[in-house]
Amino acid sequence: MLNLFTQARRIAGRAAVGAAAVALAAASVPAHAQETIKVGVLHSLSGTMAISETTLKDTVLFMVQEQNAKGGVLGKKLEAVVVDPASNWPLFAEKARELISKDKVAVVFGCWTSVSRKSVLPVFKELDSILFYPVQYEGEESERNVFYTGAAPNQQAIPAVDYLMENEGVQRWVLAGTDYVYPRTTNKILEAYLKSKGVKDEDIMINYTPFGQSDWQTIVADIKKFGSAGKKTAVVSTINGDANVPFYKELANQGIKATDIPVVAFSVGEEELAGIDTKPLVGHLAAWNYFQSVDTPENKDFIEKWRAYTKNDKRVTNDPMEATMIGFNMWVKAVEKAGTTDPDAVIDALIGVSVPNLSGGYSTMMPNHHITKPVLIGEVKDDGQFDIVEQTPGLIVAQEWSPYLEGSKDLIADWRKPLNCGNFNVKTGKCGGAGQ
Amino acid sequence: MTSPARCRSLSCALLFAALALATLLCAGRASAQDISGALDQFTQGNYGATEAALGELAVSGSPAAAGIVQALADGKLVFSNALPRKVFIETDKGLLDPLTMQPVPDPGPVKPVRVNNRIRRAIEAASGTLSLTSPDAATRLSAAGAVLRTRDEAALPALEKALAKETDRHVKSAMTLARSAIVIGMDGVPPEERIKAIEVVGAEGNQDALAVLRGLPDNALPEVKEAAAKEIAGIQHSLAMWDVVQNVWYGLSLGSVLLLAAIGLAITFGVMGVINMAHGEMVMLGAYTTFVVQQAIRTYDPGLFDASLIIAIPLAFLFTGLIGVIIERTVIRFLYGRPLETLLATWGISLILQQAIRTIFGPTNREVGAPSWMSGSFDIGQLSITYGRLWIIIFAMLVFAALLAVLRLTRIGLEMRAVTQNRRMAASMGIRTNWVDAMTFGLGSGIAGMAGVALSQIDNVSPNLGQGYIIDSFLVVVFGGVGNLWGTLVGAMSLGVANKLLEPYAGAVLGKIALLVIIILFIQKRPRGLFALKGRSIEA
Repeated sequence: MLNLFTQARRIAGRAAVGAAAVALAAASVPAHAQETIKVGVLHSLSGTMAISETTLKDTVLFMVQEQNAKGGVLGKKLEAVVVDPASNWPLFAEKARELISKDKVAVVFGCWTSVSRKSVLPVFKELDSILFYPVQYEGEESERNVFYTGAAPNQQAIPAVDYLMENEGVQRWVLAGTDYVYPRTTNKILEAYLKSKGVKDEDIMINYTPFGQSDWQTIVADIKKFGSAGKKTAVVSTINGDANVPFYKELANQGIKATDIPVVAFSVGEEELAGIDTKPLVGHLAAWNYFQSVDTPENKDFIEKWRAYTKNDKRVTNDPMEATMIGFNMWVKAVEKAGTTDPDAVIDALIGVSVPNLSGGYSTMMPNHHITKPVLIGEVKDDGQFDIVEQTPGLIVAQEWSPYLEGSKDLIADWRKPLNCGNFNVKTGKCGGAGQ
Repeated sequence: MTSPARCRSLSCALLFAALALATLLCAGRASAQDISGALDQFTQGNYGATEAALGELAVSGSPAAAGIVQALADGKLVFSNALPRKVFIETDKGLLDPLTMQPVPDPGPVKPVRVNNRIRRAIEAASGTLSLTSPDAATRLSAAGAVLRTRDEAALPALEKALAKETDRHVKSAMTLARSAIVIGMDGVPPEERIKAIEVVGAEGNQDALAVLRGLPDNALPEVKEAAAKEIAGIQHSLAMWDVVQNVWYGLSLGSVLLLAAIGLAITFGVMGVINMAHGEMVMLGAYTTFVVQQAIRTYDPGLFDASLIIAIPLAFLFTGLIGVIIERTVIRFLYGRPLETLLATWGISLILQQAIRTIFGPTNREVGAPSWMSGSFDIGQLSITYGRLWIIIFAMLVFAALLAVLRLTRIGLEMRAVTQNRRMAASMGIRTNWVDAMTFGLGSGIAGMAGVALSQIDNVSPNLGQGYIIDSFLVVVFGGVGNLWGTLVGAMSLGVANKLLEPYAGAVLGKIALLVIIILFIQKRPRGLFALKGRSIEA
């Protein structure tokens, strides 16, 4: 009975998703013959990830419109091709293939989860195209065809832990996450980092929950118990997506305030807070490379134009949007530098490209295909925005291979000639091997 | 404000000079009343200075201190950009001088003194210390509570002074507890006093007491450490027993959520035999109904907000019930007796409903607020019960009882049972079986909608809300025994409690897996669930 049911459900899911995708793809075939440069958008517009990814689709369309208003690229207009991989990981690969070989897009902006990125990697390698990936992730990867504009762990997690140690005097740590690759790897890095700072085993509690966990009573009670050991305790949360709202509601229910046990989150931004009453959450923290409340003229201008574009004067902005914008501008600059949209030329041209970010500096694409970023720590305010309480003085270069993990501490990535390698082992002097 | 501004600002400058002079005179020996030094520290724009200023204010004894601390807590304490920087309290009537509470001339642009967690703790400590001598006993009690939470050594002199004057028994014991908690963590306390403090704190027997006792400095004497260890062991022993009770309570709470989610399905799947994959979406529609009701209330009559859920319950029932009837009439009635096609059709309906909601309301979560009577918690012994969860349990039981009553006591209930047991016989007795089918499906869907109202309080209101509950709902119905409402009740509660008892040992992920394995084994042994219906109709 149950077996029959899951199977039929899977078939039904595929069929419906397929139909929707065909319809969308058909709609995106251009009607006019004027020559354009096509830009692929590979973000889920239905299914569980639609909550986060729809905004990024809108961001790319917004950027395309802005660029076309400036006259396009290389004298041609840009044209966005939007597909819907429907939060279905294998479908991401199919859709990527369709974008590159059928629609002949010059570049793709897309993916949110690591598993979707891993699923499209072979396609981008095989067809030699470019993917811009705009979300913070666990690191331990550097590919020739992928440009990572989100944060690596040392650009988000480690500065956040440092802040709690220095400013809040935290000595005891709960590492709570959803059970998949990003939280597991990040927590492994954090655990090694905390131990290197002299935190003892019994002062670290690691907890994983399934996707979409909605009953947090036991875990929050455990956190409360763990926090009553007479040492200042904090929670480092890599809890993903929908599970956050019930988690924060339970924290408020059980009366855990930020002044007792602060929670610092790496996946909670302005969009996620939109679904919660934030008054009981004031003071809980998030670490990102951008907040909507960043006080710079660039950011003000961006928010204004974004709200005009979406015709919604309450629309929030968030970190992955900034990363998408940076990636888009870097690609435009690299194409203009190379004078062509040919992937090989653009991939070489991208390294070293600098574009303004929204916090008042310039982000640069490094030879490891990751960008330099400032790290901001924000406390939740009662209006759902963040009060920035700390900003790193300079930009931080991504460590794609974490020095705190046994398997990756000897690896570096450098896609310039002559090295041209994403996992060069400095000990053995060879490309490849460990970490792959 | 423009014309007198200049002359007033001159007087301001004079005042400032006088204050500066006073500060100089009192340097190193801050007088009890003079807090201008502390005020200057607020203008430095760094957290360390703000924290120090709060500490100074708390022990200053100045009558203005409480107002200033409160203003800082509310984000109303601002300072001028122009030099020399000065602190003001922002009110509806403009800026006030913090010492005199008199209006001041416009000092140009101001910005608020910034607050972070560290400062919030300091605020709590300072306002606790400042209100220890308040004339109101309830304020003193909460002040003692604040001092206990922050355990700020600087508060000790004020606390002891207040304790000597205290007459109210409750407040006195709270203050004694707070004092003991501070004493335990302090250096250089005589061992007898510390042991006495340990006993006072140990008598509390809760988790906070545990935290205090574990915070004993490492350099304490062996006999002090021994006393603390004894108290800790005692507390841990009693907490371990309370833990079991707490877990059972969590289990009942989870069980009631499962029951709410599954009870509609117990009708559509259990009674009618329709494999209804769109059941979760009915729950989701109920939650969105709540959202719409709250939006309407916020726009037209905010005073009604506390009643929003009560209003939403019948509306959600009617709306989702109506959708259910439409689905039954247009799709499901053509598919009776063809489970696989029904499954595919209802799965398709669920996708359509999800995407429709996504298109109308957007993909992001919608905020559904909690009415005041559902917020907060109370303690029974060491068991902490939140009102929200308690109401959900009560609501689940009410829905269950109402449904049982409908099936047992009403005419439509009788007809439903008749049609389920023997359709042809019921038809020949003159029952409109078509109509009964539609009503039954509508009832099941309507109940799912009511569940959505309750679930909107604990989960995301997003288009995916229903998907999280569909598998669990089928589990509960199949485990409890298809077609048996009592089975659904017992099934939901036992799954909830088993889950929560397993979770502390196995963790959330493994706990869930273990539970699924247990259910699979159970279904192997008893394919018809806990309470199998016996009779011919089931075999047919």
